[in-house]
Amino acid sequence: MFPKGTKRKFSDSGDEPAAGGEDVNQPSSVAVRMLSSYSLQRQSLLDMSLIKLQLCHMLVEPNLCRSVLIANTVRQIQEEMTQDGTWQIMTQALSAANAAAQCSADRLVATEVLCRQTEATQGEQVLKPFPAVGSEGCPAEEEVVVEGEGGVTMSTVSPQAPTSYLPGTFGMDPCWEEENGEDEEEDEDSEECGSGSEEGDSDRLVEDSRTAEQVFGTFEIKNPAPSPDPALEELFSDVDASYYDLDTVLTGMQSAPKMGPYDLLESLSSHGPSPLSSSTSCRSDLNELDHIMEIIVGS
Amino acid sequence: VSNGYLFVQEQTLRFLPLFHILISGKGLIMTKSAQLAPTLLSQMDEEIDTRKINNSFLRDHNYATEADIISTVEFNPTGELLATGDKGGRVVVFQREQESKNQPHRRGEYNVYSTFQSHEPEFDYLKSLEIEEKINKIRWLPQQNAAYFLLSTNDKTVKLWKISERDKRPEGYNLKDEEGRIRDPATITALRVPVLQPMDLMVEATPRRVFSNAHTYHINSISVSNDYETYMSTDDLRINLWNLEITNQSFNIVDIKPANMEELTEVITAAEFHPNQCNTFIYSSSKGSIRLCDMRASALCDNHSKFFEEPEDPSNRSFFSEIISSISDVKFSHSGRYLMTRDYLTVKVWDLNMESKPLETYQVHDYLRSKLCSLYENDCIFDKFECVWNGSDSVIMTGSYNNFFRMFDRNTKRDVTLEASRENSKPRAILKPRKVCVGGKRRKDEISVDSLDFSKKILHTAWHPSENIIAVAATNNLYIFQDKVN
Repeated sequence: MFPKGTKRKFSDSGDEPAAGGEDVNQPSSVAVRMLSSYSLQRQSLLDMSLIKLQLCHMLVEPNLCRSVLIANTVRQIQEEMTQDGTWQIMTQALSAANAAAQCSADRLVATEVLCRQTEATQGEQVLKPFPAVGSEGCPAEEEVVVEGEGGVTMSTVSPQAPTSYLPGTFGMDPCWEEENGEDEEEDEDSEECGSGSEEGDSDRLVEDSRTAEQVFGTFEIKNPAPSPDPALEELFSDVDASYYDLDTVLTGMQSAPKMGPYDLLESLSSHGPSPLSSSTSCRSDLNELDHIMEIIVGS
Repeated sequence: VSNGYLFVQEQTLRFLPLFHILISGKGLIMTKSAQLAPTLLSQMDEEIDTRKINNSFLRDHNYATEADIISTVEFNPTGELLATGDKGGRVVVFQREQESKNQPHRRGEYNVYSTFQSHEPEFDYLKSLEIEEKINKIRWLPQQNAAYFLLSTNDKTVKLWKISERDKRPEGYNLKDEEGRIRDPATITALRVPVLQPMDLMVEATPRRVFSNAHTYHINSISVSNDYETYMSTDDLRINLWNLEITNQSFNIVDIKPANMEELTEVITAAEFHPNQCNTFIYSSSKGSIRLCDMRASALCDNHSKFFEEPEDPSNRSFFSEIISSISDVKFSHSGRYLMTRDYLTVKVWDLNMESKPLETYQVHDYLRSKLCSLYENDCIFDKFECVWNGSDSVIMTGSYNNFFRMFDRNTKRDVTLEASRENSKPRAILKPRKVCVGGKRRKDEISVDSLDFSKKILHTAWHPSENIIAVAATNNLYIFQDKVN
């Protein structure tokens, strides 16, 4: 069990003392992996929250309490990322992508997601999708998926982050794709699954991001605010009217709980009790990631 | 001194499901108009098993029709009546059967008394939005004459309904004949006095007041004052005070809307009048705080008299801390000495004289703490569970997932988990306590956290004001349970 304590900041990764009793070299790589995992978790939480804010029911007014709570969560993540310095990275990438946009200046770009692949030596795959903005006047047809530096995906593809709470999606491919069907193949797959996570994460991550691109490539998101910071402010600029000007429906999405990739959620929310995972090796990976998740996000 | 709490005797709670009502709207006789057709189902043969009754009168579906989902449950002050509201804007009122020596086993069964369409869906043309007809809350007024009065509200409009019985009708009009046709006055040669003749009992529901156009945001609570003249309605940002007689005017007593909506970070989630002091009320917020206000202090009660908030536990801090601290329901105890709050994972009892921290904290389903991210993703983390006191304020009850509901005895500190489901509830059978297994080996009767059905949530429960009879709403089904009597 990992020791609990104050969250280590991303910028402090190099300065952290080694965990007691461990080899000096090992904790730093574990620490880096944990930190990168944490930032991926955080990023995916941010994306999820932004999606939730935008996927509103078109016919009925959205629940104000829920929107406020989600917006506060987004704000909290934003503040933390600002302290980390990662927020600036994102906004820079965003403005770079804006410059490449096809819409005119006052009509901001509709959809873009940034995907950067960092060096394998850092041991992390940083995918920084950030849904950029479409102004209220930008009609649906003008939404353009702009190719960023490394391709386009919709949301964070982190095999570690989602699988702790979203098995059945990208990442962990052999293990989870097979999950729904063939029992005979499970043992074999779970071995793959188990061994895969022990090997270099970077290889799997690269592989997984491509899978994720296939899964998410067609998603589009429109954000009513022009830039990250005012995005949060303007969410409530006119709470009674702003949501209803949105005229997007995400491809293949009707409402948040029914998102295609989030198979686990479907089983959680609508179709009766069903076990989260069916193979023990995947379950142990899941538990391991759950542990990481527990510490980082809070148990 | 009460000795009615049988669940103290055996370490488990013993409850008998008296009967299980299926409310799938279409099966009940109801009309769209306020004038009500008789819907008394109590005129049934006594021998019929309630299951058969359900099958013949009501459609039996495995899936829930959206409109039939029960959205509120409330006993009246004597416990004689039980009202439910649903997503389709209907109100169904049940009446407790009179006890009779001939059928002691049917003691206290509730039968349908009245059904009416309280609210209709509306369209806000200005915003191009639908206004849902879902009944958010029902509150009974104390009975002052033969009729019953209740307030029911949807997101925007509160209505006062009068439910009255008619068992006589006048006969022998001079100007109308037996069928109601107007007679030609020239043919009338003699006068008679109309006489009241008995007729079949008819229960009518009529809307007596409509309180509308006072809320920009969605109404989440209504509460009747102890003076029985006023009541308050609460939306996300404002609380309005009404006089029950006056519908074209209401007073705003709390307003937390910021001048700049972009600065909005907190909303009102629930509010209630003090049961004994008509000048005092409380309201809860999405940040986990409760404010007690005294209306004598000022007309606008933006400044609270008391502020209840528990300091956050820094070791439990996460991105979801604020969301799970959001209070979904707040209730005064019957005595007025305590208040109870429900947030996502706990129920807390507060002493009105201690603002710094709650008196008691009860874990409802702490095993969900490690699943918060999933629950955030599927929106379950925003579910608003309600909580209720029993008549003597010694036991509190609240709902959970998988059709489980929990009871906590404040004196013995014992708690129990029960399930409201058709499979587990046969008439006269004792409810078996349930257990959720959080890790390690799962025993035979336990349910693992991963197997919980999050679509089956019990948000609304009600406790009889003086007896141990509880009403539990599970999606579109209403369960009534009573403690076992030896």
